Amino acid sequence: MVFRPSSADGQSLDKQDYVQGGATQTAVKILVVGHFAVGKTTFIGSISEIEPLSTEETMTRAAAAVDDLKGVRGKTTTTVAMDFGRLTVSERVVLYLFGTPGQLRFVQMWEDMARGALGALILVDPERLADSFAVIDLIEQYGLDYAIAVNHFDGNPQRAEASLREALDLLDDTPVVTCDARDEKSSAAALTTLVRYLLDRAS
Amino acid sequence: MTAPEEFELASDGLVRAYVITKGRGLPDEQQLSLITLVTAAPDEDRRPQQLSPEEQRLLDICSAGYLSVAEIAGHTKLPLGVVRIVLAGLTEGGHLITRAPVPRARDADRRLLEEVLHGLQTKFG
Repeated sequence: MVFRPSSADGQSLDKQDYVQGGATQTAVKILVVGHFAVGKTTFIGSISEIEPLSTEETMTRAAAAVDDLKGVRGKTTTTVAMDFGRLTVSERVVLYLFGTPGQLRFVQMWEDMARGALGALILVDPERLADSFAVIDLIEQYGLDYAIAVNHFDGNPQRAEASLREALDLLDDTPVVTCDARDEKSSAAALTTLVRYLLDRAS
Repeated sequence: MTAPEEFELASDGLVRAYVITKGRGLPDEQQLSLITLVTAAPDEDRRPQQLSPEEQRLLDICSAGYLSVAEIAGHTKLPLGVVRIVLAGLTEGGHLITRAPVPRARDADRRLLEEVLHGLQTKFG
């Protein structure tokens, strides 16, 4: 009989669910962040070699107190989810992409994600630039280098890069790229821009 | 008086998680980070008969190759904190092999970034 490990819903894991060449792999991670519904999961899904997964963390009582839970009798915890994908870039390195919304109150999750991350790609919607301030602040707070990827939606007028830089108060050398998170090559190009920048910063 | 079962049902999973983890605290952050790679140790004979259902389930899922801690949580739908604690117990018992990510250092970062860049260019042109 062939042994088939299974996940929570009883589906078997396939060979390709496991990390290729796991015994010799070094895992690294890059964050893909942005405000709610900016396209993080779509972006991760477009280049991940596995179906994007999601995991939850339970907020502690203390953290939950920050949330508005008044009137929800007996509810002392709530959960937040992060989505992630995987990309085997070589026989030695496997890259994980983690995405979560930029709410400050999910501090434990942010610390888990940010610790040891190579850098962050911040997805922004040109029509909702103000929604990106909080997440940019957070990434800077954790000391992570980042690039901005402007996710284009159909019919969106293209905002000039200069005005976007000014609106987001970016440093001159912070890369700004446009991308279509639904498109594999476009997402990969945005990620490549970030990695080139990180490499420049590390040299 | 409230029966124990009712209390558990009303507790939003908190008591159950505590039972699953046998009351252990969170393991060292570096040892079982989100991207620490985990696989079952090859020596089947050393596996104890007294594993909890969750320990057995996590060991099973780790038996066919390497997965990151985050992936194990994603596949099992267990909360990340619970997964980390159960994996830490299994690691202490010698049932798991873990590969923690390399500590951050400028030289190591540069090599890794070069490898990531090259990989992206090869895969996506």
